[in-house]
Amino acid sequence: PDPSLSVPVGQCGNQVGCRFWDLALREHAAVNKKGIYDEALSSFFRNIDTRCGDGPDIYKGKIRSLKARALLIDMEEGVVNEILQGPLRDVFDSKQLITDVSGSGNNWAVGHKLYGYQYRENIVEKLRKTAEHCDCLQCFFIIHSMGGGTGSGLGTFVLNLLEEEFPEVYRFVTSVYPSGEDDVITSPYNSVLAMKELNEHADCVLPIENESLFDIVNKIHQMTNSGKLGSSVKQSSLVTSSAGSAKTALEKPFDAMNNIVANLLLNLTSSARFEGSLNMDLNEISMNLVPFPRLHYLVSSLTPLYTLADVNVPSRKLDQMFSDAFSRDHQLIQADPKHSLYLACALLVRGNVQVSDLRRNIERLKPSLHFVSWNQEGWKTGLCSVPPVGHSHSLLALANNTCVKPTFIQLKDKFMKLYKKKAHLHHYLHIEGMEQSCFSEAISSLSDLIEEYDELDATKDGPRTDPSRLKIAA
Amino acid sequence: MSVVTVQLGQCGNQIGHEVFNAICGDIRGTHGLCSKKENDSYHNACKERFFSEEESEVPVARAVLVDMEPKVISQTLSIAAQSGYWKYDDRSHFCQKQGSGNNWANGYSVHGPRHKETIMDLIQKEAEKCDRLGGFFTIMSMAGGTGSGLGAFVTQCLRDAFPTSFILNHVIWPYGTGEVIVQNYNSVLTLSHLYRSSDALLVHENDVIHKICAQLMNIKQISFRDVNQVIAHQLGSVFQPTYTAESGLHYSRNPLGDLMETLVPHPEFKMLGLRNIPQMPENSLAYSTFSWPGLIKHLRQMLIANAKMEEGIDWKVKPPRLGCSIPSSHPTNKPLHFNTSIANLVILRGKDTHSADLGSFQDPSLYTSWLKPRDAFNVWKTPRAFNKYEKSASLVSNSQFLLKPLDNVVGKAWNMFASKAYVHQYTKFGIEEEDFLDSFTALEQVISSYSTL
Repeated sequence: PDPSLSVPVGQCGNQVGCRFWDLALREHAAVNKKGIYDEALSSFFRNIDTRCGDGPDIYKGKIRSLKARALLIDMEEGVVNEILQGPLRDVFDSKQLITDVSGSGNNWAVGHKLYGYQYRENIVEKLRKTAEHCDCLQCFFIIHSMGGGTGSGLGTFVLNLLEEEFPEVYRFVTSVYPSGEDDVITSPYNSVLAMKELNEHADCVLPIENESLFDIVNKIHQMTNSGKLGSSVKQSSLVTSSAGSAKTALEKPFDAMNNIVANLLLNLTSSARFEGSLNMDLNEISMNLVPFPRLHYLVSSLTPLYTLADVNVPSRKLDQMFSDAFSRDHQLIQADPKHSLYLACALLVRGNVQVSDLRRNIERLKPSLHFVSWNQEGWKTGLCSVPPVGHSHSLLALANNTCVKPTFIQLKDKFMKLYKKKAHLHHYLHIEGMEQSCFSEAISSLSDLIEEYDELDATKDGPRTDPSRLKIAA
Repeated sequence: MSVVTVQLGQCGNQIGHEVFNAICGDIRGTHGLCSKKENDSYHNACKERFFSEEESEVPVARAVLVDMEPKVISQTLSIAAQSGYWKYDDRSHFCQKQGSGNNWANGYSVHGPRHKETIMDLIQKEAEKCDRLGGFFTIMSMAGGTGSGLGAFVTQCLRDAFPTSFILNHVIWPYGTGEVIVQNYNSVLTLSHLYRSSDALLVHENDVIHKICAQLMNIKQISFRDVNQVIAHQLGSVFQPTYTAESGLHYSRNPLGDLMETLVPHPEFKMLGLRNIPQMPENSLAYSTFSWPGLIKHLRQMLIANAKMEEGIDWKVKPPRLGCSIPSSHPTNKPLHFNTSIANLVILRGKDTHSADLGSFQDPSLYTSWLKPRDAFNVWKTPRAFNKYEKSASLVSNSQFLLKPLDNVVGKAWNMFASKAYVHQYTKFGIEEEDFLDSFTALEQVISSYSTL
């Protein structure tokens, strides 16, 4: 499959990115016992012979030195430096980094306008170079948070750049939205300004909320520490775990949460990397889940969260896995898809699951879900034979559902609270290129998006009248 | 004469592989239940049709494999070669890296023109290997992007490059409850385009085959492989060598031509359905015996009542009473659910086929009045048993079999189109709303034609 290029921007983005590369290597090591550089690996890693400097890419044969297909961007050095000194240091080289020292001060304008302008050429050049190593680029993954300055501002600047320079390549964005008790006062500004960019330039956005990640971490903590299951849980199978990866035992506080997001990305790309009876590439995800250009925000849920090592304990039935995917406990954002309207839904299954299992569960779950009138059977399915590490099967559900609306409404409300009082505006407006209209356009864009969801919601309980068919003269 | 198979997309390649497997397994088998002479004849006829003799220890399938991403083709090639009984020509494949993203427009308007020369070149080479070319058999699904979009484009190119050759498209109808969300759009676009260039469309519905796997084959956890193997068996039962009325003492040499001649009298009616009985798990075969009268009776009722398999047939459906010479545009005297045929072909394989009486299929009340019953109905036979079934009967029918499925797909697609959902994904690659409307119009015409039989 075609390579994907990852661009983590900012502190959050790079922390998640780091976990992603680590777990990707772990996954491939588990599958690829002979150490051969194969098609699957090539979607995320180059294979080079480091003996000759930055040697030419080796396309077949044994693995020499794997280099991540990535461009790491941060306006502070802390996180990136840590990566370069840690166990993953050989996976990146200095030409794949763009860093600065002072950070963006949680200010979208600093990230987008100031650093964007400053680093534009550098970014374009490094992107081109990294893209050159790819035969034919399939997709970009941007990973960032919305509430800060770098990930939010510079991250969305990069998104714009990607559209300009590589218009045909899909842009998937993993965005961490600010939590309820976010301590960054200006996060509503940053998020809404970033939303406008996501609306206009992203092909697909996977919104993530820290609260959900936190809940999942807690749930696992309870399961593993309660007497019932305790040590019988397979450590490597935990969706939060770094076990078996290159990371040393000392885990940082956000690692567990970041591992969940990393696993999301691994599962999302699994069918593109590994074989299966019904493949699902990334461009298919975008095609099937985005019925209208701006409605491209997908709710994700991952299951299972762990497996049991003890074979004597009966494993959770396969069907339970499907039910779990539609339970709020497994979602990566706080939303309620079951009581909102589905525009489309994708199920990507990994492991020993066959088409009859898929069909049985879709039939079973369908009646309790509301699908939009013009897409009553709107399911996209994929079957990938290779399960994640430590599991015999897994499921990733992606839903395009109007349940994201409340998240956006909340964002808008928080924004308006600050904006009405003109609180902290001067920090933004004194940055060159930043004007009041940036704010009004951004809130307008968000309002329009909310309205599009509103219109669809209005159709939810209404009567179904199918449009009349074309009549043919006899 | 030889048939060149073009396998398109993941589905096309997965099925194509099972088809060659089934055919090869059949000719290798020792369950022919006939004389050695007969067996040798059958063997040779099959080889000529589907395999080329090259300097290779095993027969080489006459096939071209096409896909826009590499995983499936590479798997297909290697599994075939590993079997040790047959293989594909290592050069006869074309793939890219990116896939078509389930986007018909991408397959048809972008990949098609871009790779036309290379693909047609491969097909030409395969065609040239044939002493005499009997036509093309393409295998594709309607739901995705490559098989459907690129498949439609390639079919068009085949028609242009080989104007006098027969082209049969084997089309897989996806599960009703989605494999792909935009499958109805892709299906409408595919069918309307194929209708223009191809001679006939032979259809298999995933839902139907799935039921056969569940209820007749007793498979618990049904995989796509299981589904594909049933499909391959059914296709084999049609395309393995037979004697036709004209071929006399030799196995017929022109399977595609014969098929078209018997089943497609009019270009407006190209949709062919397929039924094959009996169907059962392999380990039950030894314990079952069937009689031709029983099999024929079931097959006929399956035709009349539009039953998809030999269980759950509605025996209450009867053909209309004759004697009322009502022209075919007034179907009011026809009982509900009665499936009117234009033409039918029954293929019998195995023990005592000479004793089989097919008079009931020649009943004029089964057919429209255009053709005389003796022209509307044909039978092919061979005493050589197929794939371990002592007796096997297949029905290829040009009738109202596919009317309801077609109407469903067009209805769902139209419903979605009315809201304009996903249309931007197609216009991005050059398929405009007018193109959709043209396709809808074309298919409503086909529906109307089949409805008023």
